[in-house]
This record gives sequence, structure tokens and C-alpha cells, in this order.
Amino acid sequence: MIREFSLNDLVFLLEALRWTVLLALVAAVGGGLLGLLVAILRTLAFRPANWLALSYINLVQGTPLLGQLFVFFFGLPLLGVNVDAWVAASISLSIYASAFLGEIWRGSLQSVSSRQWEAGASLGLTYMQRLTHVILPQAIRISIAPTVGFLVQLVKNTSLAALIGFVELTRASQIITAATFAPLTVYGIAAVLYFVVCFSLSQLSQRLERKYHAPR
Amino acid sequence: MNYNFKFSALWPYMPEILSGVILTLQLASVAMLFGLAIGLAVAIGRVSSRPAIRMAARVYVEAIRNTPLLVQLFIVFFGLPSLGLRLGANTAAVIALSINLGAYSAEILRAGFESVRVGQVEAGRSLGLTAAQTFRHVVLFPAIKAIYPALASQFVLLMLTTSVVSSIGVTELFGQAAFIDSRTYRSFEVYTLITLSYLVFTLGFRALFSAIYWAVFVRRSHR
Amino acid sequence: MPLVDLADVHKSFGAVPVLKGISLTLEKGEIVAVIGRSGSGKSTMLRCINGLELVQSGRIVVDGIELTAPGADLNALRARAGMVFQSYNLFPHLSVERNVMLALKLVRKMSTEDARSLAHAMVAKVGLADKLSAFPDELSGGQQQRVAIARSLAMQPTLMLFDEITSALDPELVGEVLRVLESVAEEGMTMMLVTHEMNFARNVADRVIFMHEGRIHEDGPARETLSAPRTDELKSFLSAVLH
Ligand SMILES: Nc1ncnc2c1ncn2[C@@H]1O[C@H](COP(=O)(O)OP(=O)(O)OP(=O)(O)O)[C@@H](O)[C@H]1O
Ligand SMILES: [Mg+2]
Repeated sequence: MIREFSLNDLVFLLEALRWTVLLALVAAVGGGLLGLLVAILRTLAFRPANWLALSYINLVQGTPLLGQLFVFFFGLPLLGVNVDAWVAASISLSIYASAFLGEIWRGSLQSVSSRQWEAGASLGLTYMQRLTHVILPQAIRISIAPTVGFLVQLVKNTSLAALIGFVELTRASQIITAATFAPLTVYGIAAVLYFVVCFSLSQLSQRLERKYHAPR
Repeated sequence: MNYNFKFSALWPYMPEILSGVILTLQLASVAMLFGLAIGLAVAIGRVSSRPAIRMAARVYVEAIRNTPLLVQLFIVFFGLPSLGLRLGANTAAVIALSINLGAYSAEILRAGFESVRVGQVEAGRSLGLTAAQTFRHVVLFPAIKAIYPALASQFVLLMLTTSVVSSIGVTELFGQAAFIDSRTYRSFEVYTLITLSYLVFTLGFRALFSAIYWAVFVRRSHR
Repeated sequence: MPLVDLADVHKSFGAVPVLKGISLTLEKGEIVAVIGRSGSGKSTMLRCINGLELVQSGRIVVDGIELTAPGADLNALRARAGMVFQSYNLFPHLSVERNVMLALKLVRKMSTEDARSLAHAMVAKVGLADKLSAFPDELSGGQQQRVAIARSLAMQPTLMLFDEITSALDPELVGEVLRVLESVAEEGMTMMLVTHEMNFARNVADRVIFMHEGRIHEDGPARETLSAPRTDELKSFLSAVLH
């Protein structure tokens, strides 16, 4: 039964967009926490920790995200965890994000000159004081723009969750296409919606980059 | 957990896996080639003296970089036929991947152009190099050296991304996974092995590309 | 007891020996200029005195704290020995006022109001009272260096170490920083400064130490040592820097 593309379908797409954004948010938070751990393990003065973090990063960045999604989707139930597509997608996108965010943050941390550590030391600041009052405030400024930039990748990659059946924007588009048979209209609208979200984030990232590119 | 892992169930499907690998590498190579060609044209367009061309190039780059590849792929494969343009899955995959890569490589190439400053060209000429020598040694070689690492990692990324085209039925490596899964009902084993097998290619290509970089750029500049 | 006491200090980076047996004492109130060729180990010696580098052997005692003893409280020492670097090293994310206040609050445990009023006094002393709310990237090199000096002085150290603090400055900015140094010297601060400004060394320092290949090659009163060098190495060094 083929019907015309209607306003209801547009509403359906917009509602699905909420799930896209929510999935990206969950992955950003989950990936952020895990990424912090990755960045710490990667910078710790303890070789095995560095090695472990680097292997993790290589594993995540060296395999397709789509594959990771499928592995979690089919693998978690074997562990006795009854998962739906939403949980599998949240977990695997968080892991994907953690590898990238971890690297962005490590880079930001290491890009603060070692002279700043020394300047703090020469004033008698303890290691923790140097880290929290001198190094981290600078590293965080440096990392803001690339972090927001990565969120664009994350939002776009939530679309892959459609392929394990999670109804976000892309999956919703597939469903409506099947009903209305207006693929160009439906996918066109989906593209515009993605564009609005991603382009705003890209612009924000560029503005932050200009603002924080100077050391201050 | 009382599930019996049976990775050996995949063994009879080696020929399928192999043909999937070949198609994946073919897709990545062909899309890289077309994508670079598109990227070069767009990068030149972005510095055109005609505002309309500059604008078009910018719109293309932003539109592609701010929408998911999967949606781009669906527009090409499912959307274009409604305009009377019916494409095979492989063709649609190559088109979508090339258009996608074009936007990213355009930005890489643009950064490469910008890395060569006018002052260096003048310095080259003032040392008595001919225009051709200056172009080769002062412009082209450093520019290629500057963009090479980014292009190399873009290729690896592209190779991983080709897995997405399995969604329109292309039987590249990840598409074969779906096929083997449908025969063996060993979803977890199939997807784990296939996913991990990409790692071999990622690490292999990375090693290859850095060996090439060393041979071409590092050794040469030390001579 | 001398304020600084180095006894047979050896320091190497990997297999490269940089300090090959440095012994020296510094009394309270002394002003010592350290001169020598690039790579002779001047910075390394200063950094060892501030505990920024660990030494392989020898003994370093600064203000009663033995740095070379296991478990020495380096942070306590550094709070008493201020160091100013060639590259200013101000904290770029903090205003001038906050740069000076940070260690006062964290290390000296001063209240915000006390830290602020001390910071204002110190910044005024280096002539930058109008720049309190400026950020480092809004200041010239000379101004940044003066803030760095104020930041160290505010900790009320017993010893100040200066490592070529005018070398990165444009020539027209050197004077303003040297004038600040002179006023610090006049107040009786114990100072050790690596410098290439021979006139400054002659006029302000009491004593000159000439370092050569990781050793103290000459050590004597500033004027005599500079006008009548005893060794060929110092002679050729001086003729090279004075043209
Ligand atoms: N962190 C380090 N690692 C390895 N070698 C170092 C390090 N710091 C200094 N060196 C080496 O130690 C030697 C002495 O360096 P130092 O910086 O103390 O010299 P300097 O007298 O201050 O010279 P300059 O006038 O150039 O500042 C040099 O050969 C230098 O290369
Ligand atoms: Mg030095």
C-alpha cells in the first residue's frame, strides 16, 4: 500500500532525529568518560598502560565501526545480557568515541609546553596543583574545538545504527521510503536534517577554534 | 554462558571471504582515484576567481562533510532511479564513495596548496632555478610531502568505510559476512572474524604507507 | 652557613657529561653573574639549584634544604628559590594579576585579598600597575619578563635565579628589564644570574663565575675578573662577546 509523503511523515522523521541526537549525546558522554581513561593511560609514565591504551585505540580505529556495531549487537546476548539495538548502539558508539576523544585529549595535554610544568614547579606548586591550575585549563581550551568537531563525526556515524535496526533518523527514512516510495524526498529531507545539526556543530567548532587558538 | 563458539564454521567460506577482500580493496582503490580527481577539481574551484565557482565548491564540501555517507549512498542508489537513473549496486557504491571522498580530499589538497608560500617560489627563482625546476622542487615536491600523511590515513579510513556499502547489497568483505551469517547462523563468530580481519589491512597499509614515505621523502631529503 | 652550597656536583644527560664537578658557595646577599659559552652548562647548573634537574653525584644544599638527599621537599625549596626563565613562561590562561596570585594562594596559602594586594604591590614595583588585568599575549616581551620577575619576587624568596632573562628580548626592551633587576639587587636580594650583558655583570654583580666545558673555570670579584682575566679561555670568551 503506497501512500503520499505527508506532514505526518515529516513529524515522524523529526521525532527520529531526536533519537539520533540522543544517541550521539549518550555516546559523547560515555565515550568522554572512557576517553578520559584512555588519555590518562596513554600519558601515564608506565609502559604497559601506554601499550594497553594504544592497542585499544588501534583496535577501535583500525576496524570498521559498522563491524563493531554488529559484534556488540550479536555478542552481548551471548554474555547473557539481553540487549536491544539501542543498548548495542550506545555501547559501541561510546567505545568508538572513546578512542577518538582519548587521542584528541592526549594531544591537547601534550601540546601544553613542558615549560609550563617547569614554571609551575619553580614557584613551588605541587604536581597536582600544576596539573589542575596550570596544565589542564590550557589543555581544555585547546581541546574544545577538536572535541566539538568530533561530535560531527559522531552524529553522522549514528546513522550506522540503522543497520542493526535502531530507529533513528536513517532507519526512520528507510521505513517511510518503504511506505511512500519517495526515496529522493525522504532521504533528501533526512540529509537536510543531518546537515542542520552537523553544520551548526562544524561552525561552532570553527568559531571556538578561532577563539581559543590563541593561547588564552 | 553456555554458547559454543565455533569459529571453524567459517572455514568452508574462505573463497567468499577472499572475493570480499578483493572487492573491498578494488572499491577503496577506485574510489580513492576518483575521489582525488574530484578533490583536485574542487580544491582548484575553491580558489577560483569566479565567485560562483568558489561558492559551488564550498557548498559541495560542506554538504558532503555534514551528512552521513549512508544517506548519501541511499540517495544515489534508491533516490536516483526515481529520476530515471538506475544504477547497479557496485556502481552506486563507487559513485557515493568517490563523491564523499572528494570533499575530504579537496580540503587536504587545499591545505597542501596553502603550505607552499609565494616567498618560497621567489626564493627558488632567485637561486637561479628555472620555472620548471622551481615548480618541481619548491612547489610540487614539498606540497605532496605535506599532504601525503593525510591522504594515506584517508585511504585507510576509506577502506574501513567501504563496509557501509554492504547495506545496498554490495558483496565486499562485510557483505560477505551477511551472506555467511545467513548460511551458518553463527552471527557473532562471523562478524567478529570479519571485523578483526580489517585490522590486518589497516596495519598492513599503514606500514606500507610509512615505508613509502620514508623511502620517497625522508631518505631523499637526507641525500 | 652559606645560602647555596654545591659540592662536587656531576650531572650528565644520558652519556653526555654536562656538569663535571661543580663546587661553589654563595653567601646571603651576594650577586653572582654566571658567564660562559653556549653549552658550557650554565642553565643546567641553575636548574640543578632549583631542583628542576636531578644530579648523578655531589651535594646541593640551598637555604638549609639538602636537595640531593632522598625524599627532599623540592616544592618547599622552590617556594624559597625563585627562578625566571629566558622564555618568560607566564601562564597564558591567567591575567597578570592572577599569574602573580596563583602560587601565593596555593603555596603560601594566602587569602585572596592578601594575595591580591601583594600581587598589586609587586606588579607596581616592576612598573606595570596599569596591566594588572591584561593577559600575557597582550604584553610585549619586556613586559612579560617583568611580570615573571614580579611573580617570583612575590613569593618572597631568599634566592633568585635568572637564566638569560633578556636574551629573547628585542634590544630596545632589554633596558627596562635590567633596570628592574638592578632595583631588586639594591634591596639586598641574593641573586644568581646567567647573562651575556657584560656591562651589567660588571656594574651590578659582586662576583663573576666563568663556566667552561662543565666546570667553573674562573671565579672572582666581578670587576677584576672581567678586566683582568687569568685564563686564556676567559680572555678569548670576553674578546668574542665584546668583539
Ligand atoms: N634536557 C637535556 N637533554 C639533553 N641534553 C641537554 C639537556 N639540557 C641541556 N643539554 C645539553 O647540556 C649542555 C649544557 O646545556 P646548558 O643549557 O646548560 O648550556 P648553557 O651554558 O646554558 O648554554 P646557552 O648559553 O646556550 O644557554 C649542552 O650541550 C646541551 O645540549
Ligand atoms: Mg642556557
